[in-house]
Amino acid sequence: MSPIAKQMSCAEVVALVTDYLEGRLSWGERRRFHRHLTGCDGCTAYLAQVKQVIRTLGHLPPEAIPQRALDELMAAFRDFHRG
Amino acid sequence: MRGDADDLQLLRGVRDGDEAAFAELVMRHQGQLLRIAQVYVSSRALAEEVVQETWLGVIRGAERFEGRSSVKTWIFRILANIARTRAKKEARSIPFSSAAGPEEVDEPLLDPSRFQSAQDPAPNQWSAPPLAWPTPEDSLLTGEAREMLLKEIEKLPPAQREVVTLRDVQGWSSKEVCNALEISETNQRVLLHRGRTKLRAALEEYFGAVGAPGS
Repeated sequence: MSPIAKQMSCAEVVALVTDYLEGRLSWGERRRFHRHLTGCDGCTAYLAQVKQVIRTLGHLPPEAIPQRALDELMAAFRDFHRG
Repeated sequence: MRGDADDLQLLRGVRDGDEAAFAELVMRHQGQLLRIAQVYVSSRALAEEVVQETWLGVIRGAERFEGRSSVKTWIFRILANIARTRAKKEARSIPFSSAAGPEEVDEPLLDPSRFQSAQDPAPNQWSAPPLAWPTPEDSLLTGEAREMLLKEIEKLPPAQREVVTLRDVQGWSSKEVCNALEISETNQRVLLHRGRTKLRAALEEYFGAVGAPGS
């Protein structure tokens, strides 16, 4: 690579955002990624939004177990071990 | 997240007929199994049946568990097999290892017109940049936007839906997901990227937060 690394474009940042979040960028790419973010409000917003989506997905409420289903399972368990 | 050592202990209890151990294993995993089952079958009721059947499989199979995968992955595989069979019976057939399915390749992720073209002053830079979303974080985490994201997950191609659900909804590690779905790390990352990119775009549309071209 040339001593002056090529600037990363917005399209590249968008394409690499998951690799970035997964820690899969090389040291040099990561540096270019950060450098781009410093000067780009659009990409800064984009990254924040992807993170926001991830956080939201991780906060979906747990699904409740119907008591009836649990009762059935416990009965099946007893049957199995009795049989 | 509670550890696999505990799961292993519980599964030994299940094998030995310990009812309390079985109840705890169920309580621990039921909610997540129910959500994952919904990745494969179309209704909540059917998903509940799949989960019930999965637990019956766990009861019967406990003594055959060999510890070659984590307990969580082992239960997941039982569920996925049952769900796949059910899904085939249903009209909505979802191949399980669909990770390399043709529908996943080369679909547009983000509208190309969001970026400047080669003729524009700054090719590949934003022409219509994303704007900050109007709502504070807390309100994003509740209500309508969340419901909307859940519906958008359902619209993703199957392999993306699997990976996004396991990674981002259930919080599995990338390694766990690769093991469970038997896909490569790279493939997993590509699927995750595609899924997340579309979900972000859907929320953006929902918020109406796109900058005017040239802004």
